[in-house]
Amino acid sequence: MIGVTSLEGRMAERELTFAEAIREALAEEMRRDPRVFIIGEDVAEAGTPFKVLSGLVEEFGKERVVDSPISEPGFTGLGVGAAMTGLRPVVDLMFGDFLTLAMDQIANQAAKIHYMSGGKMKAPIVIRTTLGATRRSAAQHSQSLQAWVSHVPGLKVALPSTPYDAKGLLKSAIRDENPVVFMEDKMMYKLKGPVPEEEYTIPFGVADVKRPGGDITLVATSSMVQVALGAADKLQEIGISAEVVDPRTTAPLDKQSLIDSARKTSRAIVIDEGYERYGVTAEFASVIAEGAFYYLDAPVRRMGARDVPVPFSPALEDVTVPTEETVFQMAKALCGRS
Amino acid sequence: MTRKAEKAAPAPFEAQDVEHWLHVYEQMVKIREFEEKANELYLKALMPGLTHLYAGQEAVAVGVCEALRPADYITSTHRGHGHCLAKGASLDRMFAELLGKEAGYCRGKGGSMHIADPASGNLGANAIVGGSAGIATGAAFSAKMRGTDQVAVCFFGEGALGQGIVYEVMNMASLWKLPVIYVCENNQYNEYTHFREATAGEITARAEAFGILAETIDGQDVRLVYETAQRLVERARRGEGPAFLECLTYRYYGHHVGDISRAYYRSKEEEQEWRTRRDPLKILGEKMVEQKLTDQAVLDGIHQDVLSEIEAAVQFAIDAPFPDPAEVDEDVYA
Repeated sequence: MIGVTSLEGRMAERELTFAEAIREALAEEMRRDPRVFIIGEDVAEAGTPFKVLSGLVEEFGKERVVDSPISEPGFTGLGVGAAMTGLRPVVDLMFGDFLTLAMDQIANQAAKIHYMSGGKMKAPIVIRTTLGATRRSAAQHSQSLQAWVSHVPGLKVALPSTPYDAKGLLKSAIRDENPVVFMEDKMMYKLKGPVPEEEYTIPFGVADVKRPGGDITLVATSSMVQVALGAADKLQEIGISAEVVDPRTTAPLDKQSLIDSARKTSRAIVIDEGYERYGVTAEFASVIAEGAFYYLDAPVRRMGARDVPVPFSPALEDVTVPTEETVFQMAKALCGRS
Repeated sequence: MTRKAEKAAPAPFEAQDVEHWLHVYEQMVKIREFEEKANELYLKALMPGLTHLYAGQEAVAVGVCEALRPADYITSTHRGHGHCLAKGASLDRMFAELLGKEAGYCRGKGGSMHIADPASGNLGANAIVGGSAGIATGAAFSAKMRGTDQVAVCFFGEGALGQGIVYEVMNMASLWKLPVIYVCENNQYNEYTHFREATAGEITARAEAFGILAETIDGQDVRLVYETAQRLVERARRGEGPAFLECLTYRYYGHHVGDISRAYYRSKEEEQEWRTRRDPLKILGEKMVEQKLTDQAVLDGIHQDVLSEIEAAVQFAIDAPFPDPAEVDEDVYA
């Protein structure tokens, strides 16, 4: 059921994994534009610990696939300066948790340079990083910090949920004139999905209805889209038709699609793997509450990561994130079914 | 590797360079008078917010920027007016920015601490201490990758030596032989704290640890700054790698314009000593007169001309309109 509407019936085409789609987007953009280069820790021969970049250094050389020291602020800052002076850096921040290290360069430098200079300068940089728990990586390698970057004006934030979206959104990110934080779910790298051979890009700020439905809206991002789709299957079995809406980018946010879907179904659950408090779900919920209030039959419900540092033990970690089952139960209750 | 050149003397004047040195003198006067006027605007409550004055440090900005080409890059600091002017910014648009006017370099969106002028190679002043080290190093990386012979200069105060990113990017600059010069303006004070209380070991040793050529010079002698910068810049331009230049200097005013009671961290005698015996304008002017390259009347004439320019520039800024409030949402995204 992946990307049904986006693909418009091209389901018969080839399949790629999420990682392959990312790699293909990078390779195509690097072939198209000599200004594009990659910098980060172990991005060259190692191809990152996730092997997402394997093969790129062989094609583009070490000048364009640059292994950096373990210095997130340093190489992110270097990327900002390179972007301001005519290059198109794709900075690789291995784990989303490392955003904290590079935050000054992202939030105070890259995000603000265009505005602070009265529009004369720009920083077209892509910061690729990861999100997602349940990899048994504990508290410093499992966070989903998209709310942090979505909060800062000047940044764009993409959260692809399928190989198709990953490729199209990444190509748009690289071509964008602004700093883009591009967050990939680590657990999704091996997920397969259709990706057409021909060139395409996906615009930012355009939500995708991943599954149409009439009884309840499930707004979900990144890792949570698959969870929502799984829950929707279960709901179907008990006669509840769930619509799954994937905003695909949190900044810009396609508010209207969220509102339209909630108005149609009269019920909404918003799901994101970031911490629930002050999170992406809070923003989504307020958008729907403000835009669809008179159409709602129930309060908008939020489902995010539990507000605890991500624990190590599988027995503990698994209860920190929304699952098909918890989303199913919440949706069922919201629809007045016990 | 360090050359302790604090006492080194610059090369003798060459008669044919008179015009050049008069220009250098004028640039320094321009910065000095700009800052005096900025202070006045603050005291008269004509300027929103506050500002950090560069008076006393003029020889560093001018000496270094005179060694650069228009296409070369600089990054600057919260105490950045001097760098912006030395790299080619115009007085009127600088004042307009300080007053938050539409005609300012950043259309009133940046203010004193964020003046940027890509047309003159100024990638922006930066209000995060050490925050531009990455940008300057990235500009050098970019110049190298694009195959130009541009050089980037990162100006920062000795207070930035406490910031980790400075060392991260120096490491990369050395590894990759990037054409970047780290100009550490040691004005003795990290805000309100003497640098010796905050800086262990030798400053140049920090750069040397990365295999970067490091030198310390008297930052009040503009000829020395210029000669040294020229040598380091051309070396970088030839692809021979980064350099670190510590310039010993002094800020005449406080950390910012509101910092007027300074006795708890430095003495009036110390301030007077620098103003009278180590003033960069006096050092150059007196040397030129002494060696009969010019006379005092010419220098006074320059001063008068600059003062008139400043008056006109300030008037332009005062008369300029504020931005339309509707512009607040513009330029968030390119």
